[in-house]
Amino acid sequence: MDLTVIWAFIIAFAVFAYVVMDGFDLGIGILFPTFAVGRERDRAMNSIAPVWDGNETWLVLGGGGLFAAFPLAYAVILPATYPLIIAMLLGLVFRGVAFEFRWRDPSHRAFWDGAFTGGSLVAALAQGMTLGALLQGIEVDGRAYAGSWFDWLTPYTLLTGLGTVAGYALLGSTWLIWKLDGDEQAHARKLAVRSAAATIVLMGAVSVYNITLNPEYAAHWLAAPQIYWVAPVPIVTAIIAISMVRAITRDRNSKPFWLAIALFFLGMSGLGVTIWPYVVPPGVTIWDAAAPESSQIFMLVGVAITMPLIIAYTIWAYWVFRGKVADEGYH
Amino acid sequence: MLENLDALMLARIQFAFTVSFHFFFPAFSIGLASYLAVLEGLWLKTGKSVYLDLFKYWIKIFAIAFAMGVVSGIVMSYQFGTNWSVFSDVAGPVIGPLMAYEVLTAFFLEAGFLGVMLFGMNKVGKKLHFAATLMVALGTFVSAFWILSVNSWMHTPTGHILGANGQFMPGESWWDIVFNPSFPYRLVHTVMAAYLTTAFVVGAVGAWHLLKDRASPHARTMFSMAMWMAAIVTPLQIFAGDMHGLNTLEHQPQKVMAMEGHFDSHPEGAPLILFGIPDSETKTVRYSIEIPKASSLILKHDLNAPMAGLDTIPDDEEPPVEVVFWSFRIMVGIGFAMLGVGLWSLWGRVRGRLYDMPWLHRAAVVMGPSGFAAVLAGWITTEVGRQPYVVYGLLRTADAASPLDAPAVAASLLAFVLVYFAVFGIGIWYILKLMGKAPHAGEYGVKRGDVGPIRTAGITPGPSQNPGQDDTWPGDNQANRHGEREDA
Ligand code: HDD
Ligand code: HEM
Ligand code: HEM
Repeated sequence: MDLTVIWAFIIAFAVFAYVVMDGFDLGIGILFPTFAVGRERDRAMNSIAPVWDGNETWLVLGGGGLFAAFPLAYAVILPATYPLIIAMLLGLVFRGVAFEFRWRDPSHRAFWDGAFTGGSLVAALAQGMTLGALLQGIEVDGRAYAGSWFDWLTPYTLLTGLGTVAGYALLGSTWLIWKLDGDEQAHARKLAVRSAAATIVLMGAVSVYNITLNPEYAAHWLAAPQIYWVAPVPIVTAIIAISMVRAITRDRNSKPFWLAIALFFLGMSGLGVTIWPYVVPPGVTIWDAAAPESSQIFMLVGVAITMPLIIAYTIWAYWVFRGKVADEGYH
Repeated sequence: MLENLDALMLARIQFAFTVSFHFFFPAFSIGLASYLAVLEGLWLKTGKSVYLDLFKYWIKIFAIAFAMGVVSGIVMSYQFGTNWSVFSDVAGPVIGPLMAYEVLTAFFLEAGFLGVMLFGMNKVGKKLHFAATLMVALGTFVSAFWILSVNSWMHTPTGHILGANGQFMPGESWWDIVFNPSFPYRLVHTVMAAYLTTAFVVGAVGAWHLLKDRASPHARTMFSMAMWMAAIVTPLQIFAGDMHGLNTLEHQPQKVMAMEGHFDSHPEGAPLILFGIPDSETKTVRYSIEIPKASSLILKHDLNAPMAGLDTIPDDEEPPVEVVFWSFRIMVGIGFAMLGVGLWSLWGRVRGRLYDMPWLHRAAVVMGPSGFAAVLAGWITTEVGRQPYVVYGLLRTADAASPLDAPAVAASLLAFVLVYFAVFGIGIWYILKLMGKAPHAGEYGVKRGDVGPIRTAGITPGPSQNPGQDDTWPGDNQANRHGEREDA
């Protein structure tokens, strides 16, 4: 395995970690208006307040890692999806400050709750559409983006955007099943069932659409001998989806959440199979875009040393705030 | 100027605007994180509740400032790609890894321990909590280390080679890239700037409450701590700034020419222009007040040393003199004003009347925002003085931008301006409101709201989870907690 491939996996890991971890934060934001003002909203917010910042940092690693390991890809993808990126960043501004501001100013809490939802929704949609814009292909000339500034807006990208919103709502609602109890847990269950249905349908639609996008994508899935390798992916996905829905309706703890993560993992792996070996389809492979070897080695040393530590203290921080969110009054 | 409002100019304005806003928050939170660590350390060591009260008072402010620093920082890390894609492609192999190190060693550290620092005292105990506070403070410093290394490399690029595809590539040793010639100076000067910024904010809040209640032990402690910082760090900062200037003279002479307003060469000792109105059209400084030969004395330590002027630099390599000249004077002026306050406070201490000098307190209140102004002015000097290059001497700003249409950049710039002023303006207002309240005994930590449960997740049932109660801190007395509502 060469260094470039290792780096492709590291970036994919960072993106996956981001999608899962900030995914449930954003999902809670998306579902926020359906929660009752007061206790239910406060508990939902409290369940993520101590961890959202760490979760969001994976986005910085994904972006920063892409910049460092595949500078050409970073330099092409961001201008190509400019309005989406700007919208995502502004959405994250509103979402991020809402955590603090809604408690600081009770008389405008409704406004900041709205900002929390709006910001989360915009960010999720923009992230999904960026993914779609990447998959559908980006026009490159020399070392620069060569398309126009609305190429990212197509029915396909809308589909991937909606799929991401639904998927995040699924992560958020299954997280709440884990973190809440009583009526609020029952409500989260209901939301989880609906989000699961939407996620599964949209995931299926995107998968089918992918195959029609580009003959090379289709070949990755349908030509022999690959088909023998990849055929289990949809089958395993179906099994996981079914057991997840069962868990959502029965389990009182973390099982639905872990199964939702497994579903995301399979989805991401599927995308990996589709897009490989390109980082900017249809023309730029990971090797075209890779940084020189000495940059890759320098960073790999850093990752090897820090990543285990990061993972360890992140787990510790989650462990400190484990269990159901504080609820019942004492008097 | 307006006829130049093309996509490039808009992108420059957008970068300057977003980074200026971003830096407002780190400038404050780098210092405040350390101040919080000091307060908590003093509390653990002495057991005096005044330190714990101050810790809880400032941590609420820290939480807001930090959140704004984070969200505005994320914007920055994507701006390189959105607006400066050629720069990203070309310089990515060199500066990208440094920024990746920043994420790995600093951002995760801050973010990972922030939750525990804000909400976890009751769950992890005092010692571990203090460790978390230290980690957050360390993270802010490490963050400054890496990003300033990146920025310094853009000012004084060393250690790279030029690749066949036009990219800058790392050369023999990463050491040469990270520790490029201007980095040590910039790191010291900027980190001290952050400490001073925080010290003057803390001092202003202390002074404000002293003006209302001279006896308040909390206000006295804050004020005294801040004035020690002002008295000790300001002279160091001025010294560091001077060293930084000498370093700049060596590596970016035309920046110093612009700071000094030296349009003409002075073969027999250059004057120090205190004030004046530089005009790059006519290449003169009008109405200037000068000290003959003083500039040569400061920069070359010799009254008669010859100094080259901007007349030795081709016109298309000249930075915009007016901006650099003025922003530099604003920074230096504020630096001396800070020194004045520091000395005044020492005088007050000597006389044993530090808390009985309303004019000193008023001056400290006025100086509250001065650190921000100095920091901003300093960065403007540094960055505008580097123009027309983005990587000094190697890559012009005009060649670094993304292939974007002006309307796209204009629209996003407008969105940033509106959102930043509104959102961060409101955040700053909340901070000011918190500062306006006097710190008191039994201060709350980061408590969540009046009605809902506090913002923590836990399994231990019991009193610590009462709605409306602050469970962040053990050992508060119950009566105190029930009696008051923080947001009232
Ligand atoms: C990591 C790099 C970095 C860092 C830490 C900073 N900047 Fe910078 N700055 C740039 C990298 C940069 C840049 C990418 O290199 C720009 C964009 C266009 C340019 O000419 O340089 C720039 C331009 C730029 C300009 C416009 C200059 C012009 O175009 O005439 C201003 C006013 C500032 N910056 C101000 C700041 C402030 C207030 C900062 C900190 C608080 C700051 N910069 C930190
Ligand atoms: C263009 C340059 C810059 C970029 C791209 C950038 C990027 C970022 C990002 C992405 C974050 C959020 C990290 C998180 O998720 O926790 C952040 C926060 C932070 N940045 Fe920057 N930054 C820049 C300039 C600076 C400078 C010049 C300094 C200090 C000298 C600095 C110090 C910090 C600190 C201390 C934080 C933590 C949050 C806070 O304290 O407010 N940054 N920055
Ligand atoms: C009065 C004495 C001071 C002197 C002589 C001085 C000198 C300088 C010089 C020469 C630069 C430009 C560096 C370059 O060429 O790139 C600079 C930048 C800067 N200054 Fe100062 N300074 C002084 C006071 C201050 C104060 C009081 C603050 C803030 C509290 C401050 C904050 C900054 C910052 C943030 C920068 C930009 C970062 C950097 O390049 O280091 N300075 N200073």
